[in-house]
Amino acid sequence: MNHLLSIEELDRAGIERIIGQAQRFAEVSEREIKKVPALRGRMVLNLFYEASTRTRSSFELAAKRLSADVVNFAASGSSVEKGESLKDTVLTLSAHKPDAIVLRTPWAGASELVSRWCSAAIVNAGDGKHEHPTQALLDVYTLQRRLGGIDGSSIWIVGDVAHSRVARSNVLAFQRMGAKVTLAGPPTLIPRGIEELGCEVRYELDELHSADVVYALRMQNERMRETWVPSLREYAAWYQLNGRRLLPSQVLMHPGPVNRGVELSGEVVDSPQAVITAQVEAGVVVRMAVLYELLAAARPPGPETASPPLRAGRERVGEGQLA
Amino acid sequence: MSAESPLGGGQQGPPAELLLRDVHVLDPRSGLDRRLDVLVREGTVAELAEPGTAAASGADTETIAGDGRLRLLPAFFDPHVHLRTPGQEHKEDLDSGTRAAAAGGYCGVIAMPNTDPVLDSAPLLRSLRDAAAREARIPVGFLAAVTRGLQGEQLTEMAELRQEGALGFSDDGEPVESAGVLRKALQYQRLCGGVLALHEEDRSLSRDGVMHEGALSAALGLDGIPTVAESTMVARDAELAGYEEARVHFQHLSCAASAQAVASAKARGWRVSAEVSPHHLLLTDESVRGMNTAMKMHPPLTSEEDRTALVEALRDGTIDCVATDHAPHAREEKEVPFEQAPMGTTGLETSFAALYSGLVLPGLLELGVLVERMSAGAPLFGLEAPTIAPGRPADMVLVDLDEHWTAGEHGWQSRSENCCFAGRRLQGRVQLTLAAGQLVHRDRALAPAGA
Repeated sequence: MNHLLSIEELDRAGIERIIGQAQRFAEVSEREIKKVPALRGRMVLNLFYEASTRTRSSFELAAKRLSADVVNFAASGSSVEKGESLKDTVLTLSAHKPDAIVLRTPWAGASELVSRWCSAAIVNAGDGKHEHPTQALLDVYTLQRRLGGIDGSSIWIVGDVAHSRVARSNVLAFQRMGAKVTLAGPPTLIPRGIEELGCEVRYELDELHSADVVYALRMQNERMRETWVPSLREYAAWYQLNGRRLLPSQVLMHPGPVNRGVELSGEVVDSPQAVITAQVEAGVVVRMAVLYELLAAARPPGPETASPPLRAGRERVGEGQLA
Repeated sequence: MSAESPLGGGQQGPPAELLLRDVHVLDPRSGLDRRLDVLVREGTVAELAEPGTAAASGADTETIAGDGRLRLLPAFFDPHVHLRTPGQEHKEDLDSGTRAAAAGGYCGVIAMPNTDPVLDSAPLLRSLRDAAAREARIPVGFLAAVTRGLQGEQLTEMAELRQEGALGFSDDGEPVESAGVLRKALQYQRLCGGVLALHEEDRSLSRDGVMHEGALSAALGLDGIPTVAESTMVARDAELAGYEEARVHFQHLSCAASAQAVASAKARGWRVSAEVSPHHLLLTDESVRGMNTAMKMHPPLTSEEDRTALVEALRDGTIDCVATDHAPHAREEKEVPFEQAPMGTTGLETSFAALYSGLVLPGLLELGVLVERMSAGAPLFGLEAPTIAPGRPADMVLVDLDEHWTAGEHGWQSRSENCCFAGRRLQGRVQLTLAAGQLVHRDRALAPAGA
């Protein structure tokens, strides 16, 4: 694996490998000293074109726990505001020779583009409404811990699917791991043709009780430039996940930040069936696993490893160094 | 093009003196489909003779050997190109754009008015036509804007623009959103004439869309443009044209429903015509999967069902002609994420080979029909259709139907390289183009023979 651009390009074995690595890192984070030297001397660049608190800090923490150097580059207040193109920004920052670039942009496919422009490993931390693969991985990880596995389970993703990169990555990841996925939300927020991803589409929640896991999407006000629903009040009346709609046995997830009183009622956010804080916790170890996989994990033998590495940043580091 | 043609330009060189020896002439308009010698004297078709019998008229006459194999076709005519002049010459200009057209086998093009400033006044049109006379390699006609600044509100001075030589009017790039404004333009057409060429798009439906709405746009998380954004406007404006007995031309149709709307308008006797672009005849939204910005155009690449319906509509004449909608953009403008990239693909240099390879060779369209559709845009705008006949100016293209080439392998004549067919293996290559009696393009591999 040279980059993590989408769940699309990962098979089940690839997802399981990252989850397994994350589990080993989880043990590390239980220790008093939470740091391992796996990525000492490597540089991770966080390049964020969109506001983000939890994803950026989660990546930063993950890189630091692996002893990597971290540089944060936010588009606001930078040369980007002076009109520098994405390509020029990436080429300029590449002069610092980052080993990995964690990239968030409002544009679908931007991570893949950037991966063609520079030699660093690219981690997609959200590209427009396309994908958010590390979110999907941490969600799979969280469910794995909670349920032991999701093979054969039923997962409902509820809300604004149209504007959600989380929904797209999670449909793919949950399905690859053997779950049956149903998308539910107002018809204006379910894109035409999405069922061809292999999921079911519902406009009502009357069969929600059949779900093992209910994944609420954020009602993304910042993306609502037009009225997609008549009112938030009507949205909440039809789609809010609350104590009345949820069974106590169902696992409740949310990518955060939560709009209490809109997509979730306060009582379910604070209930034990909600794993929202576990998701945040999982974020760090899963992102550690991703960075480790990209920068340090042993690569399968092949012509690439037969010749000397092109760059110092891609040297092989044995598994033994982790312990 | 005839001397009284409202096209300007293409007057740079001396008239061609050429003997095309034993070429296979295919001209669907005259019905010619056989091997002949074709003599061009002073830029005019002087003689069509049995192979090997025509004599060169003088020492200046170059002879080109067709060996009975090379095809001589009436040159193509493109009623829809963007030459980006004035204002966006970093993408294209009159010289580079018409060089690209000549390389593609065209003897005439019509440039769209969505320039900067917009071509919406007679003085600007006059200066552009003067510039074309100096700089263009082949004749260029111009459409003026329907509304000032393409704002969709106030009509341009259509009558004066017509006097200054506008072939017609278009707000291409933008729809004429208000039915009331379009209706006034259609009424005013009774005074000034000139075809109204319409870019059909309901902006309230297409909104921020960047590709065809379907399973792929849903999967990629890209905003989709539903085909009804186009087809409902085609239906609306066909009915307006019928009501006002006006003459309208629908630009770059992209879906089955639009073709159906045109077919039913024609069946009712309304004076409508339509064009389709090579990319909509050959590619589908599947090409967008890799988010290659060369595949981003307006209207977007649609579904396979739409594509096959467009091919059928072109074949049966519902759609009258092929238009490339040649839309050059600078490399740095297209080297951005898909959602940020401007819409458009170049097309002049690849249209014939792409359509020959993609439609004629697999047996989906006869060569004669393709040749007719590639020049049928001229009569739609009141110009004489290119044809190979004695006494007519030489508007013809010599093609080698056997030659294989890769689009873009030798670079482009266009200033821009945003071609959706770039890198494709194509069959059929333009060897020589004559436009308005002048030799305007010669493939570098075409050796002078018998000289």
